[in-house]
Amino acid sequence: MRKILLSLLVILCLTPAYSAIQIRVTKGVLEPMPVAVVPFGWQGQLTEPPVDIAAVISRDLAGSGRFDPVSRSDMLEFPNAGSELDFDDWRLLGADVVVVGRIVEDDDGSFLIQFQVFDVFRGDQLLGYRMQSTRGALRRSAHHASDLIFEKLTGIRGAFMTRIAYVSVRRSGDGTRHQLVVADADGENRTVIADSAEPILSPAWSPDSRKLAYVAFDGGNSGVYVQTLATGDRQRVSGRPGVNSAPAWSPDGRTLALTLSEADGNLDIYTLNPVTGRARRVTTNPAIDTEPVWSGDGNSIYFTSDRSGGPQVYRINIDSGVARRLTFEGSYNARPRLSPDQEQIALVHNDRGNYRIGILDLESGVLQVLTDGQLDESPSFAPNGSMIIYATRDRDLGVLAVVSVDGLIHQRLVSEEGEVREPVWSPFPRSR
Amino acid sequence: MPGKYAYLLMPLLLLLAGCPTTPPAQPAPDSDVSESADTTTSPAESEIIGAGEETDAESSDRELLDQNIIYFDFDASTVRREFNDVLAAHARYLAENTAVRVRLEGHADERGSREYNIGLGESRSQSVRRVFLIQGVSASQIITVSFGEERPAVHGSNEDAWAKNRRVEIVYR
Repeated sequence: MRKILLSLLVILCLTPAYSAIQIRVTKGVLEPMPVAVVPFGWQGQLTEPPVDIAAVISRDLAGSGRFDPVSRSDMLEFPNAGSELDFDDWRLLGADVVVVGRIVEDDDGSFLIQFQVFDVFRGDQLLGYRMQSTRGALRRSAHHASDLIFEKLTGIRGAFMTRIAYVSVRRSGDGTRHQLVVADADGENRTVIADSAEPILSPAWSPDSRKLAYVAFDGGNSGVYVQTLATGDRQRVSGRPGVNSAPAWSPDGRTLALTLSEADGNLDIYTLNPVTGRARRVTTNPAIDTEPVWSGDGNSIYFTSDRSGGPQVYRINIDSGVARRLTFEGSYNARPRLSPDQEQIALVHNDRGNYRIGILDLESGVLQVLTDGQLDESPSFAPNGSMIIYATRDRDLGVLAVVSVDGLIHQRLVSEEGEVREPVWSPFPRSR
Repeated sequence: MPGKYAYLLMPLLLLLAGCPTTPPAQPAPDSDVSESADTTTSPAESEIIGAGEETDAESSDRELLDQNIIYFDFDASTVRREFNDVLAAHARYLAENTAVRVRLEGHADERGSREYNIGLGESRSQSVRRVFLIQGVSASQIITVSFGEERPAVHGSNEDAWAKNRRVEIVYR
C-alpha cells in the first residue's frame, strides 16, 4: 500500500493542485443519510494539518448524492475519538452516523490517520481504521477513508480513489485547443496529458489504469495513441491511411480493439497488438462498424453498427465471427459501454429526437432512459457500477454529469475550463 | 478547339440523363456568368485561364469549382442530386490535371455519438470519392479523412447549423 501511495505521489506532484471541476448534486436520493464528519484532531509541526481530511470525506459523501453532511457550524463539539462522543448531542443534530478521527505527524515526516465511524442511535462503532500516509498522499488517504465509510454504510464499494479522464476544448482567436485531462474523481489534481490544435477524442483507460489510449489528429489524419501516465511516454500504435479510431483495451490489457477503414473506407472493428502492430479484422460488414468494447472474458466485442439502416448495438464472437443484434428499441442506439458486472450496457439512445443516456438490461432486453438532456453522449461506468458519467450540454457549452444507474441521483460536474466532453472513469486502483 | 471541350460535358449530360425528373441545380451558363467569372477566385482559376480560351462549358465549370463544400442529409452519406454538377466539374478538373491532389474531408453534425460520427464523416467522403473514381479521377489523386463532429463549420445546436456541418469539403493540396 505504501509503495502505491508513493508512486501516486510522484504523479500527483507533477502539476500544482488546482480544482477545475466541482461536483454539484442536482438530484439526490429521496432521504439522504445525515452524517456528521467531525474535523479531525491534529498533532504535528504546523498549526493545522496540510489537508482537511474531514472536509474531503464530507465532500465525497455529499457528492455521492446519498448523504447529507451536518454543517460544521452546527456542531456543538469536536471530539476526536469515540471515547469523547456524547451521542445525545449528535442525536439532537439529527445525525444518523458520526465520523471522528485524528492525524498525527511523526518525526520521520510520515502521517498516521485514524478514524472511527459510529451509529448514533445505538452508540455502536461501525468501523475503526488506521492508515499510514505521507504529506503528498493525505488527500488520497482521505478518499480511501471515504471509500471505506461509503462501503460500510451503503454496501457499495466506494470509487473516491479513482480518476476520470476527459477532453477539454477552448476556442479563442488563435483557433481551438484540445486537451486530454486526467483528474481525481472529485475534480482535484487536474493534469494535462496531451495538448493539440487538432481534435482529441475517445480516451480509454488501460485495465491497470496506468495508460490511456486515445485518438488524435496530429499530421492531419486520425491516429490511435497510447500514453503512459507516469512517464508521459506516448506512442502511435495505429496510423494507417483512413480512419484509426475508437480504441478499447482487452481485459488483460495486451490487445486493443479499434476501428479502421480499408482503402474503400469501410469502417470495421479490428484487434491490434500494440507491440507488434499486427491487426486482425473482426467485422467484415460493409456498414459502419465502430465503438468496440470487450466482454469481460475477452471472447466477444460489443459494438455499434448501422448494418440494419440506423446505428444499433451488436455483439460479435471474435473467433466465430457470429454477430447478434442487442438493441431494438428506437432508431438510434450507439456507443455501448458494458457495466462492471457485465449485466447491463450504457448507450446513447435517441429518445424522440433527443439524444440521451440509456441503460439496457442484457438478460431482459429492457431499455431504460436515465437522462433528460438533448445531446447527451459518451457514457462511462464508475468501476463500482453504481454511477455513469457522461457528457451533456448546459446552454451551448459541453459539461460533464453523473447519473446513478437507477436514475435517482443526478450530479453536475461544474467546470471552470470551458467546454469539457468525453469523460471516462478509471478502473479501481490495484491495491485491494 | 471547342471540340476539345465537348467531351467534358459528357459525364454531366449522362448524370442528368440518369435523373430526368431533377432539374439541374445550377443555372445554365449565360453571358452574365462568363462576364462576372473574372472576379471569382477558384483554386483552379489560373489553370483554366491558362488554357487560353473560354467557352460556355469552361466558365460554367469555373463557377462549379468555386463550390468546394457539398452537404448531406441527416444520418445519410448519399450524394444529393443537386451536387452532381459540382462533383462532375471537380472530377473533370482532376481527371484533366493528374498531378493535382485533393483531400476529401468528411464531417457530421454534433448529434449522436462521436465515433459513429467519425464513421459517418468517412462514409460521406467515400461517397464523393466513388463519384470521382467513376468519372475518371485516379485513386492516387484522392485521400479521405473524417473529422466526425470535431470540426464544425458553424457552432450552434439548431437545424441550420447542423445542415451546414453535415458536409464534405473538397480541399486541393
